[in-house]
Amino acid sequence: MTDASFETQTETGEAQFGDYVALLKPRVMSLVVFTAAVGLLAAAATVPGGVHPFIAFFAVLCIAIGGGASGALNMWYDADIDRVMKRTSGRPIPSGRVQPEEALAIGLTLSGFSVVMLGLATNWVAAALLAFTIFFYAVIYTMWLKRWTPQNIVIGGAAGAFPPMIGWAAVTGDITLASVLMFGLTFLWTPPHFWALALFMNSDYEKAGVPMLTVTHGRRTTRRHIFAYTFPLAALAIGLGFTTVGGPIYLTAAVVMNLLFVKGAWDILRRDEATAEADKYKVEKRYFAFSLLYLFVHFGAILAEAALRPWGMGGW
Amino acid sequence: MAFREPHDLHKRRWSRNLGLGIVLAVFVALVFGLTIVKVTNDPLRLDNGQLKPASALDQGGN
Repeated sequence: MTDASFETQTETGEAQFGDYVALLKPRVMSLVVFTAAVGLLAAAATVPGGVHPFIAFFAVLCIAIGGGASGALNMWYDADIDRVMKRTSGRPIPSGRVQPEEALAIGLTLSGFSVVMLGLATNWVAAALLAFTIFFYAVIYTMWLKRWTPQNIVIGGAAGAFPPMIGWAAVTGDITLASVLMFGLTFLWTPPHFWALALFMNSDYEKAGVPMLTVTHGRRTTRRHIFAYTFPLAALAIGLGFTTVGGPIYLTAAVVMNLLFVKGAWDILRRDEATAEADKYKVEKRYFAFSLLYLFVHFGAILAEAALRPWGMGGW
Repeated sequence: MAFREPHDLHKRRWSRNLGLGIVLAVFVALVFGLTIVKVTNDPLRLDNGQLKPASALDQGGN
């Protein structure tokens, strides 16, 4: 590398440590950490002897790093789209602070590292699930579905839904009905969550040529889809309450949150674009924010059931 | 012994070099901690250090 290239780097901004951390999408990682930790602790509550706290911490760390690695691979591949979209144009690659090759190298290295370390610390079922999650997000979603079909986030949502299943497998070495339903909860929650975002971020996706449902089928259809998804989601969320991870606290929370979620989707369905534009998508934005609370409360309730179990109170 | 003024490049990259150093130190600490936990929680051994009989071995991950 010549001095001239150093000068170019300075002009575009030298990458700081925080830029490399930003490649790992820390905000997405926080959701991954939370749901994976809940899956792991819920499993530990059902297993005699539980799990060593250090192993639990290490497993969640590996899952978080694996999730971050897939985020880096996503940023490497999607740099062209990110450059066009206002929401993502400040990311490390489009802003020129990090080179695409660096992101690719970090993504691949951390992927291998997280999978192997999780396998060594816990078991290879959990490691295989983590490897599949990274592959699913980086290849199936990012490279294939995202630019090809308006169902991109429906199928791609699976990548974000795996962490509680991996956390569960890290303790039990197994895939069970409870862990599949925890996966299903995030999987079915993702479409209404992202479509609500797309309703008020539409122009960004349109500009980048990403075939979001709002772009390909219009906002009316998107509103109908959001409403339709809340019913299977509610059935699954309430059904989860009758498995080994459920209990009265979870079931009460699930019933209340799902009633509110269906009501919010109904409010979105009834609105037309003129009304939405007039109040700057107030209802859609509120629904998007509520969807975050929805997921947090469900997994929080599972955690509460697991935490109360040693005192004979959690679960059925 | 004379110390040279740090090159501008080193000043600019201080944050990432420091960050990487901390990450590597944490990694070493984590692997050390994992080793200690694995060694002291060997599922193949009883509390007195004797190997467990095959019939008493648990199935599964940890």
